[in-house]
Amino acid sequence: MSNETLLEVEGLKTYFHIEGKVAKAVDGVDFSIDRGETVALVGESGSGKSITSMSIMQLIPSPPGKIEEGAIKLEGKDLLSLSEREMMKVRGNDIGMIFQEPMTSLNPVFTIGEQLAEPMVKHQGMNKKDAKKRAVELLKLVGFPRAEETVKEYPHQLSGGMRQRVMIAMAMSCDPKLLIADEPTTALDVTIQAQILDLMQDVKKKYNSAILIITHDLGVVAETSDRVLVMYGGQIVENASAKDLFTNPKHPYTVGLLNSMPDVADEKERLESIPGTVPPAHNFPDGCRFAPRCKHAMEACTEAVPKLRENEPNHHVRCILYEDQGGEKE
Amino acid sequence: MYKYILRRVLVFIPMLLIVTVVVFTLASLAPGDPLTGQTLDPNIDPEVLEERREAMGLNDPPHIQYWNWLTEVSQGNLGDSLHYSGRTVEELIISRVPNTIYLAVFSLFITISVGLPIGIYSARKQYTVVDYTATTFGFFGLSMPNFFFALIAIYFFSFQLGWFPPRGTVSSTSLTGFESFIDRLHHLILPGITLGLSSTAIYMRYIRSEVLDVMGSDYIRTARAKGLTERSVLYKHTLRNSLIPIITLMGFEFGTLLSGAVIVESVFSFPGMGQLFLVGIENQDFPLIMGINLIVGVTILAGNLLADILYAVVDPRIRYD
Repeated sequence: MSNETLLEVEGLKTYFHIEGKVAKAVDGVDFSIDRGETVALVGESGSGKSITSMSIMQLIPSPPGKIEEGAIKLEGKDLLSLSEREMMKVRGNDIGMIFQEPMTSLNPVFTIGEQLAEPMVKHQGMNKKDAKKRAVELLKLVGFPRAEETVKEYPHQLSGGMRQRVMIAMAMSCDPKLLIADEPTTALDVTIQAQILDLMQDVKKKYNSAILIITHDLGVVAETSDRVLVMYGGQIVENASAKDLFTNPKHPYTVGLLNSMPDVADEKERLESIPGTVPPAHNFPDGCRFAPRCKHAMEACTEAVPKLRENEPNHHVRCILYEDQGGEKE
Repeated sequence: MYKYILRRVLVFIPMLLIVTVVVFTLASLAPGDPLTGQTLDPNIDPEVLEERREAMGLNDPPHIQYWNWLTEVSQGNLGDSLHYSGRTVEELIISRVPNTIYLAVFSLFITISVGLPIGIYSARKQYTVVDYTATTFGFFGLSMPNFFFALIAIYFFSFQLGWFPPRGTVSSTSLTGFESFIDRLHHLILPGITLGLSSTAIYMRYIRSEVLDVMGSDYIRTARAKGLTERSVLYKHTLRNSLIPIITLMGFEFGTLLSGAVIVESVFSFPGMGQLFLVGIENQDFPLIMGINLIVGVTILAGNLLADILYAVVDPRIRYD
């Protein structure tokens, strides 16, 4: 691994044990994020994106969830070997996180200032007064013109976009090395979405932190990301630079996703869609998990799960169509 | 917030008037009048009774009677008791208030100190042995009629084991200071537990479901993602939200503080408001019944007002409406 690598996820498996069934929500995920890089994790609902991010934070509700195997290394240190106490020092400090639902992600009975101050008091040993002062600065940074008053307000007094700004300020308060954003713009109006994405880019530049952005919106990917991980059925099926992925998608699933994206310039009569739905995590088909929905499926697809191979430099694909090209992955 | 409180207080005033109308109407609708009992007495001349009726204003039209009663009541004059001759209703009520308050506070103390911690623990350790045991106890507490529980408690803890006295509030009036306090407490234990049983079960179930509900919410996930300790997540972020509905429940509970518990007080021969009320009904002591009803109605209203105000104190979403 290079010095530039910040986070490495290796062979991560997170399973849910429910009523005797095993749901393999995340089933052998490998990827890495470099310092200052923005990586997008893309896929349909139920593909395991959020569970991957919650696994990194170790916030999987247990039981029924359990990280079965794998390693999650932050600057070379395996987070899975940490005790719960040590992990608390990572959460909110080394890794900040923002969520999909800004309307409900802030505690309704505490002021914005109190909630912003909390991680700084906890992780940086600030006293409450300094933390409140810093909270005002952070709010100004994320675009609150009258931050002095906002710190004294309660979440219900702010709009969804404003609350998401507060969440970003909170996630950035301890200057984290990695910001995980789980569908940060899904619940917001389109105009506000762009503002929030811009804000994340600004904040990222200022602090030089890496971002893992989870989304099902390829527009968001195009706007923000350096690299894209496409997830399907608990596995990564394609890993490429954003530019590469949009111009030269390999995996049939990625191609399907791109074709189902509306394009103003292109006057298509109908949008293409991928037939079928994501298989449930407790009942994956044998072999390639996308095969039942794939146009190019052949008999060999159902025999074994294809490996994620480096097909072209820095472009990995999990599909037998490309197995004879390029070398084995690392 | 002051505007909100002012609004609640302004609503309180017409409600108070409605309570007086209801109390008065209920008493008027009851069969007979305060002198009915004496019509059966052959030694009393019906004409004398009729004169007394006239003198007491019982022949006046209802709205005049109500107005007269209301004027008296507004001056703090609840009238003379018919059963306890020579004593006013205020005197009688005041003499019973302390016992009733001791009992109510003691049972509320049991409710809070037992119901809340078990409920919270039960939510944290959902589907464990402790949770199932607490749930079973909850159903027991809710379904057990309190007169029956009182009898069982008296049988075991007073007659068989001799741990607690079965009746009354004090064993001797000569005790003073701390000894007297301990003696009173000793007498409160059985009626207090009996009275608190069902509300303990209710609080327990309530807080359990509230904590579970809040624990699953997005802002608790945020609190965890900030790296807060489980302690801080539970006691600060979760409880502050879970206790909001409990406050309403406590407001109602406050309303019953003075009403006493008719059944439990009777079984334990405990001289409180509930027992006084029963005596009033048995003897058709109209001024006494009306007096107690009025006091109880007013405390319930006050309890609701208190709950509304506390609600605004703990929940900013209400405060800024």
